[in-house]
Parts: sequence; C-alpha cells; structure tokens
Amino acid sequence: MRIRPRRGPRFARLRLAARPRRGLAAAGFLAPALTALVAFFLLPVVAAFLLSLTDFDLYALADPRNLRFVGLENYARLLRDPTFWKASANTLFFVALGAPLSVSASFAAALLLCARSARAQAFFRTVYFLPVVTTLVAVAVVWRFLYHPRLGLANRALAWLGIAPVDWLGDPAWAMPAIILLAVWKNFGFNMVIFVAGLQSIPERLYEAARLDGATRWQELRFVTLPMLLPTTTFVVLMTLIGHFQLFAEPYVMTQGGPEDSTRSIVLLLYEQGFRWWNLGQASAISVLLFGVVLVATLLARAWRGREVSA
Amino acid sequence: MRRRALALLVNGLLVLGALLCAAPLLWMLSVSLMPAGEATAFPPALVPSEPTLVHYRELFSRLHLARQAANSALLATLATALGLFTSSLAGYAFAKLRFAARDRLFRALLVGLVVPGQVAMLPLFLLLRELGLVNTWAGVLVPSLASIFGIFLVRQYMLQIPDSLLDAARLDGAGELRIWAQIALPLARPILVTLATFSFMGSWNDFLWPLIVLGDEDRQTLPVALANLLGEHVQDVELMMAGSVLTLLPVVLLFLAFQRHYVRGILAGSVRG
Repeated sequence: MRIRPRRGPRFARLRLAARPRRGLAAAGFLAPALTALVAFFLLPVVAAFLLSLTDFDLYALADPRNLRFVGLENYARLLRDPTFWKASANTLFFVALGAPLSVSASFAAALLLCARSARAQAFFRTVYFLPVVTTLVAVAVVWRFLYHPRLGLANRALAWLGIAPVDWLGDPAWAMPAIILLAVWKNFGFNMVIFVAGLQSIPERLYEAARLDGATRWQELRFVTLPMLLPTTTFVVLMTLIGHFQLFAEPYVMTQGGPEDSTRSIVLLLYEQGFRWWNLGQASAISVLLFGVVLVATLLARAWRGREVSA
Repeated sequence: MRRRALALLVNGLLVLGALLCAAPLLWMLSVSLMPAGEATAFPPALVPSEPTLVHYRELFSRLHLARQAANSALLATLATALGLFTSSLAGYAFAKLRFAARDRLFRALLVGLVVPGQVAMLPLFLLLRELGLVNTWAGVLVPSLASIFGIFLVRQYMLQIPDSLLDAARLDGAGELRIWAQIALPLARPILVTLATFSFMGSWNDFLWPLIVLGDEDRQTLPVALANLLGEHVQDVELMMAGSVLTLLPVVLLFLAFQRHYVRGILAGSVRG
C-alpha cells in the first residue's frame, strides 16, 4: 500500500474548517457497511472466543441458565479427542498435498497459455476457468459419480490406460486424494488468471537481454520468470493455503467424512459439532483453533516474503 | 524444427488440459439427457442413445425444484443489491472523503479478510435465533449486508476519480449524496459490474450458510436442495446430473457473459498482497 506523506496539522485544520461537514458525511456513507460488519462480523468473531470458553450445548440452547463458564476445558477436550486429531491430520494432508498441486497446475497452465506458440489463448483460458465458477455442490455431485468404482469416468479412463480400477471414495487411502483431484480441477483456474497477469507484466526486454546473454529457455524461466513472479506467487500460495484449510462441501457431499473418517475435515467437524450435535461451545473452540492456524499460515507467508525481498 | 516440436507440445498440452477441464461438465450434460438407467448399464454409455428432457421435466414437475431455483435467484439478487449499495457507499467514503483516521480504519478493515468466515458463523446463528431470523431469508442475507472485499474493490477504483471533478460539483452546491449518485457511481460502473458478478455468483454458489439457516424445504436454495436430493436419489444418476446442470447453468452463463469483468475482479483483489 502506498504511504501518503503526512499532512501538517495546520493544513489539516484549514481543510476541516473549509469543509466542515465532510466528517459527518463520511459517517453517513460508512454507517450501513460498518454497522453491518460490526454487528454481524466483528461481534460474532469476538463472541466466538467467549463462546469457546463455555459449555454451550443443547441444554443452554433451550435455557441460557444452563450455560457455564468452563475456561479452557473445550480446548483441553479437543486435544484429547482422537476425532479432532484425525480431522486436523486430514485437513493438513489436504492442505499440504492439495495446495502445492493446485498452485503448480495454475502455474503450468499459465505458462502454457502465455507460451509464444500457444494458439486460441482466449478459448483455452475460458475453458480452464469454467470449473472455478461452477457450483461446488453440483460438481461434487458430478464427481461422486465420476468416481463410481465400476461405472465412473475416472476408472474407465484408467482402464483405457491399462491401469487397475481404484475404489476412489470407498477406500480410506484414496478418498482424500480423490477430493484433492476434484479441488485442483475446480480451483486451479483462479490462480492461473493471476499468474497470467503476472507473466504478462514481465517486461519483454528482460527476456531479450537474457537471450542476448545466450540463456536457454530453462534459464529464462529460472532466472527471469520465477524471480519476477515471486510477489504474485507468495500471494497465490497464501490465499490457496487459507482456502484449503476451509475444506467442507466436498466431503460433505461426496463422503460425509468417511470412509473410516479419512475425509472428515476441521470445518466438517465444526459443522457436525455445532449444527448436528449443538455443542456450540466445543464447535467455537474448533473455529478459534482454525482461525489460529490460518493466522499463523498468513504470518509465516508474510515473514517468508519479507526474507525473500531483503535477500 | 525444434521450434515446431515445441509448438506442437504446447498446443497438444493445451488441448489435453481443456479436455480434462471440460470432460466432467460434458459428461454431466450428456448423462442428464439419457433415458433413465442408461448411465448405470454396463458398459455405461457416453452419449445418450435417444436424448430426452424427461429428467429436467421431473425436476420441475415432481420435485418442484422451480421453487428452490426461484429462491436462489431472488436471494442472489437481493444479496448483490444490498452488497453493492453498502460497498459503493463505504468505498466512496474511503476513497474520496477526508475524515479522521480514515486510512487506519481502512487498514483495520483489511485485517478482517484474514478471519475465516466459519469463525463468526456459530455466534451469528445464535444472534439470528435471538432475533427470530433463523429459517428466514433475512437471516440468509445478513452476511451479505456488507463485504470487506467489496469495499476494497470500490475504494481502489474510485481513487482514480479526479478530486477536481468532485470539487467542481461541490462548488455548484451539490451535496455529497448527490455527487456519489450522479458522478462517482456512473464513473465506477465497470467495477460495480465486476462486484455484482462476484456477489451474485458467490451468493448463488454458497452452501454452508443457507444449509445452516434455512430449514424449510420451501425456502431452501438450489445447492442445498441438490445436496438433499442426493440422499434419496443416489441411484438416479441421470436425474442428479440434470439437477446439477440446472444448478450450474445460470452461473456458467453469467460468467460467459461477464467474463472480462469477473477476471478484473480477481486481478484487483490480487494486487493487495
């Protein structure tokens, strides 16, 4: 963000005197948005912290007098709960495998689209982007059938390649990878668009200079493209990580967390605890922990970028 | 010669990628037009032997999905209108009005983008319950009342509007509201179209919040209805595919019509980093 030079106090006072009603007008313009954000976002976020320190459950829902303050008990219970660890491990697996795959696919697609010899870029860009705008629930329904062990398109494609069929959604070892494939298919177009813009903003003369120095295509990629794209990449990785931590609709529609809990994600667990069993205190603790993880991921990405820039 | 080979490789990979992207969607469309049972016969067909619209008719006649489709359309329209209104007001203030702590307030707002939406969800549900808004459309719309991303988009765009233009209007005695409505909004039209496309699609595609808030079948949105349908009709592949087409089609068409605007929104959001 650009930093404005600070105005002198005298000058500021002069402006205020000349336009006395601007502050009032601003308050009026901001009121609708800020009121809504405070009432329906800021306060609930604060309340989530408080709620996570209580035993808010079905009984408290019926009568608030049943509500008790339990300190960090919800967190302690979560840390003892194998289901929570399983959900965390599943989510981490989804993030650690899915996010890099997704970003790599985006980057590869962007490189292809921007290649000098590529034809019909506009057409391909649209097709690649189409999955992004589709309704997740609808494509999860479609992919559930694509993964059908006997009739699905996935196994028929494998058979065509001479590979034995996989029980995609029925095998605990394959269910999460199957969801990752769907997520990559669904999301890579989004980051691809950002990469394309980044690639197009690299000045052509850098490539010309590299060629004059006798650089190969690989060296161009390594020493011109990648360093120039670093800020874009940092942003893309960060947003992809945050997005991947919030995995929910895919397992909800395709596997309901099974088989053998292999696809139960943190947000799915949060949903079940909160809105199926009405353990809102417990669910809030999960949401606070999710917030913490996302925050740490954000800060790490920031720090990493800071280091790269100074290096 | 190597150049030709590279060109062949690049374009070959592009075609392969396009096939992978389109295959699930084309397959969905194809199966939705098959007579019942054709997709589950062995070996399953790839294209319908006799294309039929019978499943689409069933969605409307027997399953009354027109109701949920109308709900989705109405909710997405309202969410878009509300969001546009509040974001364009606040975005204008952040871009063009001077007031105390303006930039600090804006930066504080951007911090909110890091917070996952699920954190606010549980207390918000309890709040709606107190207000008697659970299972109402007002309840579903509450999170769409204001959007930090929307405010950000509008503010960035309106920064480009020259102050002299606004000052001239002020000298002519126009009030701030009138300047906003008659000068700033028309000039910001492209970004407003972008924001409208984003919020309509976002609202149409949203799943978790309507799933939580809306209990009555008659009030549910199309994605929630589709997910529920899967429970009873998991064997009726052709019917489910028709339901998926129905759910996807509006947003896909909207995207094709407003593609340029949509992509601009993504790019405007990505320079924030």
